[in-house]
Amino acid sequence: MTTVKEQQVIQEQFKERMNQDELLNCMRCGFCLPTCPTYIESGLKEAHSPRGRIALMKAVVDGIIEPDEEVERSLELCLGCRACEPVCPSGVKYGHLLEEARDIIHQNKKHSLPVKLVRNAVLNGLFPHQNRMQMVTGLLGFYQRSGMQTLTRKTGMMKLFPDHLATMEKVLPQVPTMKKMKNRPEFLEAHGPQTKRVAFFKGCLMDTMFLESNDATMKLLQLAGCEIVIPTDQACCGALHGHSGEKDAGKELAKRNIQAFEDLEVDFIITNAGGCGAFLIDYDHLLKDDPDWKERAKAFVSKIKDISEILYELDFHKKVHLELPNQVVTYQDSCHLRNVMKTASAPRALLKAIKGIQYREMKDADRCCGSAGIYNIVESEMSMQILDYKMDQTKATQAKTVVTANPGCLLQMKLGIEREGITDKMRGVHIVDLLLEAVGKDQ
Amino acid sequence: MLSNDVKQKLKAIVGVENFEDSKSACLVYSYDATPNFQSMPDGVISPRNTQEVSEIVKLCNDHKIPIVPRGSGSNLCGGTCPTEGGLVLLFRHMNKILEIDEENLTVTVQPGVITLDMINAVEAKGLFYPPDPSSMKISTMGGNINENSGGLRGLKYGVTRDYVMALEVVLANGDIIQTGGKLAKDVAGYDLTRLYVGSEGTLGVITEATLKLIPIPETKKTMLALYQDLEAAAKTVSKIIANKIIPSTLEFLDQPTLKVVEDFAQIGLPTDVQAVLLIEQDGPAEVVEKDMRKMAEICHAEKAVSVKVAQTAEEAEALTTARRAALSACARLKPTTILEDATVPRSEIAKMVNGINKIAEKYKLDICTFGHAGDGNLHPTCPTDARNHEEMERVEEAFAEIFALAIELGGTITGEHGVGVMKAPYLEWKLGKEGIAAMQAIKSGLDPNNIMNPGKVFAKDSRKRLVVTR
Repeated sequence: MTTVKEQQVIQEQFKERMNQDELLNCMRCGFCLPTCPTYIESGLKEAHSPRGRIALMKAVVDGIIEPDEEVERSLELCLGCRACEPVCPSGVKYGHLLEEARDIIHQNKKHSLPVKLVRNAVLNGLFPHQNRMQMVTGLLGFYQRSGMQTLTRKTGMMKLFPDHLATMEKVLPQVPTMKKMKNRPEFLEAHGPQTKRVAFFKGCLMDTMFLESNDATMKLLQLAGCEIVIPTDQACCGALHGHSGEKDAGKELAKRNIQAFEDLEVDFIITNAGGCGAFLIDYDHLLKDDPDWKERAKAFVSKIKDISEILYELDFHKKVHLELPNQVVTYQDSCHLRNVMKTASAPRALLKAIKGIQYREMKDADRCCGSAGIYNIVESEMSMQILDYKMDQTKATQAKTVVTANPGCLLQMKLGIEREGITDKMRGVHIVDLLLEAVGKDQ
Repeated sequence: MLSNDVKQKLKAIVGVENFEDSKSACLVYSYDATPNFQSMPDGVISPRNTQEVSEIVKLCNDHKIPIVPRGSGSNLCGGTCPTEGGLVLLFRHMNKILEIDEENLTVTVQPGVITLDMINAVEAKGLFYPPDPSSMKISTMGGNINENSGGLRGLKYGVTRDYVMALEVVLANGDIIQTGGKLAKDVAGYDLTRLYVGSEGTLGVITEATLKLIPIPETKKTMLALYQDLEAAAKTVSKIIANKIIPSTLEFLDQPTLKVVEDFAQIGLPTDVQAVLLIEQDGPAEVVEKDMRKMAEICHAEKAVSVKVAQTAEEAEALTTARRAALSACARLKPTTILEDATVPRSEIAKMVNGINKIAEKYKLDICTFGHAGDGNLHPTCPTDARNHEEMERVEEAFAEIFALAIELGGTITGEHGVGVMKAPYLEWKLGKEGIAAMQAIKSGLDPNNIMNPGKVFAKDSRKRLVVTR
């Protein structure tokens, strides 16, 4: 519950902080509606569409309505996939509006104790500290390897959790050992003649739970002729914070990263997680009011590039022979990679270049899978509804391999495959892992 | 305000989950795509079938509660803004394609069907529904019929009106009537179908529609012609038609539009030219080929500085980008975008565009003009800022003068957006007192309690007629 007093403070802050030009910029044409997953899945309810949410934000600013439970609910149910942005004729930066509104609400609202504890533990205690990420992942590894996992599953303990969380436990990747996670490279030479010098943004989840995909990414970069620097003092990108109304924490992480990558004299900073990349590429907006950091953020942002994009630009798919056993492959866009980083054709082109595979585009590949950070945990009902639609489209392609470009999407697609009971027919992979598989052993 | 008794009865009709009256639920239906109009409804209701619509309407009629039927709220005349409160009627459950009849070449739909979804469904069967309003990705067929929407293909194929064959309508007293049928010929009684097309929700609620389809054209070709002279572009339009060629698309962009399009899209358009024509023809390959050749000749003869025919489908797509980007480009200039649709006989296009430019100069405004030159339907568009009251007044004066000019040239105040609340004060300029009175007689006959979308089409006060001296 938000108290009347809290509502008043929130309303005041809406008036002070929301970008009124941006709110007015929405001309309410409705072109965003057909792209919005929550508008569609809510049975076409305007309150769960981008146009509706902007109208609600504006109405709070204008004092027409109070920021009551329903307004909050409308903003919470948004995935933040930003599919509404590319189709907006006026170019409204919806993502920025949403982030600001959520920040105002969360900073001025007393969360219930359990919610506060979880938010604090995850957002402040865990993600900003890579060593703790390693520890938690290490614990998961212990859980998986020690026989505890088998035991838990046999005793039916997972039944105590909601269905989709129990399934989620099953699809988590086999995590690397603590030793592997501690022992990470800081510099790698190019294979063959060097064409570019790049820095690698390793990400917190990617460098622990998905460590193998990070290794694959670096291997591909080397094969493409890149020399790689991996600065050790880099931090979590801050996306989870930004999207959950913890903007200040996001800003601190942004500054740490800008500093870490600043003097490396690299051509690009490479990411392999659409969710992280989209937040990194928005640092200049995040720090726009900070004169000391504004320009530094701009320089940082200009170098951000997704792995698919650089591989494509460097003609990796033409220089390296890619081949796989005969199979149908389909691609699920990472919303943030597509809608914010504008990378959509490069991953497809890379996949199509693999000999032996048949690439088949799924219907609405650009629609969110429902993962959306921690959305699939906090908004599980809507998330699973969105996932069910996604799995229908995926199955219709008869693909054996579903490729994604972001860890959250990958877990969600694996969850979908598990829920459908088709693990024997379909697998989910990160694009870098499939590409490396296609490179073969001899290179 | 709705009384508790009425709310209970409404819930009993549609189920509790389909009636909402919370502040935020009402707020998100307080507007449509028309700038500067917002008004809260008293409730929002989503019936599941015609019977429920009928019961709702009957109840509202008994209690004199306004009803505003609303599709996706993408109209540009304030047509679905609940200016007098009441109930917003949504068709989110009534959004099915009921039948595609391949023998009679018809499609039957519920009002909530998205226009493009229906177009895709019929095209999958090799059939064609030509009206293509720019908002077709989100507009509903109910909305298209109520506003009599046009689109880029109006010149050759006509508008929504030309494709509506039969309607099911709930009258203001709750009666359900069927008009027309799957019939090419039908003179039994008044043509109520045509009356309801474009009636903007003021005469009843359309709950089902049967639309005419035609076979899909075999091929399509696209070209872009650039002009240094506005008159020359306009003359080309007339000359193409005079040569007995009816292209499927004949679109026009003026220099101010070209400049903003190029600034925005950076696609290498020459901004020093005065006008651009985008021309498309569809039909059997040999006819298309012949027409395109002839039209290119005409363009050259009329001193086009460049004529470029797209060689591939992708190239054609790229050529239409300029036209499609026009609205976006204007919309990004300033927060508020006023988009109008004054229409003149196509022979008057050059005079109209020149006149608009002079009016823009007089009121010190940027007005970009683009639109459907082939059918005389122009879109003078003014990027402005609703917060700047002084400028908004000038915008209003300028558009009043544009409407007056259109009428003087034998045109109309609105070609495809509808009258709604936005253009109601100007309707009398076009129809005269007697014309309004005739419409009023129909309105009060069919909706004596004035519950059907009140405040639309008919103005409380007409504006004093402007006389444009040129």
